[in-house]
Amino acid sequence: MVGIPSRHKSLALLGGVLLLQVLMLAVQVKRDSRGRLLRVWTVTAVTPFEKGGAWGFGRIRDVWDHYFALRGATQQNEALRQENDSLKLTISQLQSKAAEADRLAALLDFKKTHEKVPMVMARVIGASAGTASRTVEIDRGERDGIRRNMGVITPDGAVGKIIEVFRDNAQVLLLSDKEGGAGAMLVNSRIQSPVKGTGEPMLSMTYVAADDTVVPGEKIVTSGMDKIFPRDVPVGTVAEVKQGNPFKQIRVTPAAKLDRLEEVIVLLTQQPVGFKGEAEAQNDIPAAQSSAPAAAPAAEKP
Amino acid sequence: MNDTYELHGGETHIEVHKFLPGAVVGATLLSLVLQRMLPVYFPKLEIFDLPLLVTIYFGLSRRNPSTGLVLGMIIGLMQDSLSGPTVPLGEYGIAKTIIGYLASSIGSRLDTEHPVARFALVGGFFCVHQGILVLVRRLLLAEAEPWFNLHLAIAALVNAVLGVFLFVLFDRLRKGS
Repeated sequence: MVGIPSRHKSLALLGGVLLLQVLMLAVQVKRDSRGRLLRVWTVTAVTPFEKGGAWGFGRIRDVWDHYFALRGATQQNEALRQENDSLKLTISQLQSKAAEADRLAALLDFKKTHEKVPMVMARVIGASAGTASRTVEIDRGERDGIRRNMGVITPDGAVGKIIEVFRDNAQVLLLSDKEGGAGAMLVNSRIQSPVKGTGEPMLSMTYVAADDTVVPGEKIVTSGMDKIFPRDVPVGTVAEVKQGNPFKQIRVTPAAKLDRLEEVIVLLTQQPVGFKGEAEAQNDIPAAQSSAPAAAPAAEKP
Repeated sequence: MNDTYELHGGETHIEVHKFLPGAVVGATLLSLVLQRMLPVYFPKLEIFDLPLLVTIYFGLSRRNPSTGLVLGMIIGLMQDSLSGPTVPLGEYGIAKTIIGYLASSIGSRLDTEHPVARFALVGGFFCVHQGILVLVRRLLLAEAEPWFNLHLAIAALVNAVLGVFLFVLFDRLRKGS
């Protein structure tokens, strides 16, 4: 019997493996299933390393920050010693305190001012493994009461929604993902329209009629119609408006720093949060004059 | 057992390298973890494709198309799994399977130890990888996707440079190095 040359064997293996994956893709597209089992295995295998890495990064940064803070304090001490020893000490202490966890303080402050709203603070421990999607991984999961389709915010504004939940961690689909978005409205004109991700840092607002007036700089907040975010969470600011037919092309700068997320808040409810300044701004605004299609549910796939 | 052996094709003699135990698994896991972690702290590093570099390096070094494509498939599917449910399993899997196969096939025909050769190969493989991804998204997922743009050209260049340095580090994982 004639043996199969090894080059043909590997070509056959390549063909088989590719065919298998194409079929797997087809099944996922057809049934809208996303191979949860394999994802759970992979995420479970990788998450401990990520948590360890996040901890290590934090420690390294602490050492780095404290080294420079200390070096700055020493230089200040040298200058201030000639003036007043007690003043030098006070300044050094204040600087040290100010350097401690600014972001955490902001989050805690936010949580304190909204004590009645159930929310969970979470640390971002990973991002998407490729550029095909814009997601982040957080260190809270089912055990902390997190469920799919819960809204995720920072004190600056909306971030995205929970798309996958594991026991101790969860994945957040950012607003900037091509499948991300939120039901939103313009603060001044009260025009409702979804804001969608583009796969790039900027967002886009769709379905605003060409004859509506929208000016750059106008604030955009959530409408609450997507059943994910409560009303009036800041989404972004209109950066650019182009005429289009039948809808305007509006580019939006996100309110939250979506490319620099380290801690986030998961809203366990749709209860209104009440961001600073937004409520007051809206009290001054005339009655709604929406003309766009009613805010569609967030333009996202589950 | 030898740490390396030679493929004899005509007058060419190309070494096939073996690695320290756990080197391939460790490098694969580390590349996936770093690929997800680095952009959290340094957003600009999103441009790196570390899993692709691992696929290319071990493909070029092992020079066995079957193991190259299987390693590429595993890394690709893991990358799909870690990219969230919006990325279907198989998107990166198909692309990295082909890259693993091509790298192993080329590795068994050429000497790929020289930095210039590595730079050119990584840049070329990055472009091929991107082309396959776009093809999969357009043909199988019906998604509109640009074939190539300035950002991807810069990414190819950056990854090629990173590959040259990273491959020197990986060389230290070889047995007897």
